[in-house]
Amino acid sequence: MVLGVATRNGRHVSEDASGHSPLAIRGLTVSYGEKPVVFSMDATFESGAMTAIIGPNGAGKSTLLKAALGILAPLSGKVTCFGKPLSRQLEKIAYVPQRAGIDWDFPAPVRDVVMMGLYRNLGLMGRIGAIHHEKVMSCLARVGMDGFADRQIGRLSGGQQQRVFIARALAQCADLFLLDEPFAGVDVATEKAIVKILKELRSNGKTVVAVHHDLSTVPEYFDNVLLMNTTRIAEGAAGETFTQSNLLKAYGGALARVQISAAV
Amino acid sequence: MLIEALTLQLGYNATLVAAGAALLGMACGATGTFLYLGNRALISDAISHSSLPGLALAFIAMAWLGMDGRSLPVLLVGSALSAFAGLHVINWLSAKTRLAEDAAIGAVLSVFFGLGIVLLTVIQSMEAGRQAGLEDFLLGSTAGMLWNDAITIAVGGALVLLFLTVFARPMAMVAFDPEFAAVSGIDTRQTVMITMGLALGVTVVGIKVAGLILIVALVTIPAVAARFWTSRVRYMVVVAGAIGAACGYLGAAISATVPDLPTGPIIVMVAFAAFLITMLVAPGRGVLAVILRHRRFQNRVHVRQGLLALAQGQPIYERLTIRLLRRRGLVRADGVATEKGRAKAAIALLDERRWQILRSDPAHEVAASSYNGLTPLESVLTLDQIAEIDKALRLEAVK
Ligand SMILES: Nc1ncnc2c1ncn2[C@@H]1O[C@H](COP(=O)(O)OP(=O)(O)OP(=O)(O)O)[C@@H](O)[C@H]1O
Ligand SMILES: [Mg+2]
Repeated sequence: MVLGVATRNGRHVSEDASGHSPLAIRGLTVSYGEKPVVFSMDATFESGAMTAIIGPNGAGKSTLLKAALGILAPLSGKVTCFGKPLSRQLEKIAYVPQRAGIDWDFPAPVRDVVMMGLYRNLGLMGRIGAIHHEKVMSCLARVGMDGFADRQIGRLSGGQQQRVFIARALAQCADLFLLDEPFAGVDVATEKAIVKILKELRSNGKTVVAVHHDLSTVPEYFDNVLLMNTTRIAEGAAGETFTQSNLLKAYGGALARVQISAAV
Repeated sequence: MLIEALTLQLGYNATLVAAGAALLGMACGATGTFLYLGNRALISDAISHSSLPGLALAFIAMAWLGMDGRSLPVLLVGSALSAFAGLHVINWLSAKTRLAEDAAIGAVLSVFFGLGIVLLTVIQSMEAGRQAGLEDFLLGSTAGMLWNDAITIAVGGALVLLFLTVFARPMAMVAFDPEFAAVSGIDTRQTVMITMGLALGVTVVGIKVAGLILIVALVTIPAVAARFWTSRVRYMVVVAGAIGAACGYLGAAISATVPDLPTGPIIVMVAFAAFLITMLVAPGRGVLAVILRHRRFQNRVHVRQGLLALAQGQPIYERLTIRLLRRRGLVRADGVATEKGRAKAAIALLDERRWQILRSDPAHEVAASSYNGLTPLESVLTLDQIAEIDKALRLEAVK
């Protein structure tokens, strides 16, 4: 019950605004064992915008995304997607996980991995037809990986693997894209290419939410910022939210000051 | 005798048993593929060992009720129940305590098996127990199998195969990336349970033929062997199924020719032979193919490096390089390039410079990734593209 009160006090976005948001999170608490990693978190993501989730390592960013997607069960809190409970809206969401934890020796070529993005269309037994193959190839072409369609997934560089996972998310034909550190381990050219794809999605009215670590590129890439460290620190347009004082609240410490003054 | 067995001339019963064992082997191999993909190959060992107490208790219960304790379907139900209990304990241990899954498997497997052996000893002392032949379940046997038994096993294998074809897609997705699978609307817990359920099904159905100590081989080895042949899940399932079927069939047929020879060890030997052959001769990942390819590649690299050294007037130190160049008539015995060698060296140098340019251009990423130090650029690019690169080369030379 204490949680409920904290949530109500901490809330500054009206119910109305969150009603149609692609993703609205209210009073979300997630813990591993008895350690709350995300505590009483609120966030409302703006439709048709690109939002960066930023915060230090271990701030709970990945955990927040996983709980918002129903991969982890939260202790408390509510997640709505386009105004409805998440479980009925999953087909509107595409997800690019942080790349850890994949068995890279898995017997699947790139095209089979991207085909997994079509599971919602195919279902259990649906036959894979010419349209599906075309869809897979066009998604691969968008990330410049169509030449690698028959390469086994483990035999790619880290940046190439990341682009395959983005192609898989594109194949999901979603309205809301959640990406966990899409630029980790990716060179500058690939990063620019991925940003271009994300901006194209935005201009098609899609909503993009990405966990992002490189503070120096936040204002350039993103419209909005959600700063968090276990709980929400600041949320809003990048111009107003991405300030030195907010960053200090999130990161603290002298080391952060060096980074931040370079960034802002 | 052996030839007759292999060509199904041992009579109706043995033929039926061999066919049932083949179907069972196919189901084991195909199911094993998904266990292998989910890094859970050992689970079938746990299932089979923990089925023993249930098997024994089912026999005791039937004996008390005055029935013939050897009814295979009842024994299998008993085995399935206790294997299910074993799986449950493993899950509970690895979820609720700090025990890792492999340690939990080891603990449960040995405790259940020990209990089962104790119960078997009890049965031995019962009057009905002496001729029960329950020991046959340890190492597997096809001797004295009835028509009904063969049908039970065949139907079990066929059912598992049916379920596999229905659930193959979500099972593969959960094995590859469970979080993405969950977001795609797949119930991952349910999918894991189906995979486990199928493993339980094939294992329990198979213990009569393959024996509970060794059936893990029939589940694991075909999948491991199949991985050598292919890098796609769907083909892997088929290949593993085929290897499993061959193992089951040969195991049953061979043991039918030798009285008292248990089936399980023969199946393991056949599976091991299949694995050995595969490991040696499979194209792509097989040992011989890898060695051959490596040797050939190494030779080509040496020739290329030798040519580049010639073109730039550098000395060649490596014996192997000199030997390879000589064998191709590119250098003379004193290490000086022949006319043919000089021409080839010039070509190699130009090609190398072109590749250098190409690697730095992201537009040529696909081509660049096929670079192995040997492929002539003409084989990956069009003439126009090469002209572009030569322009860049000339610019660089001017600088
Ligand atoms: N499976 C887990 N079991 C226990 N603790 C975990 C687990 N996963 C994460 N944690 C802990 O939860 C905290 C938040 O983790 P999370 O992965 O959400 O952080 P993050 O903000 O995504 O960090 P990063 O920037 O490093 O990716 C960390 O302190 C981490 O140690
Ligand atoms: Mg993270």
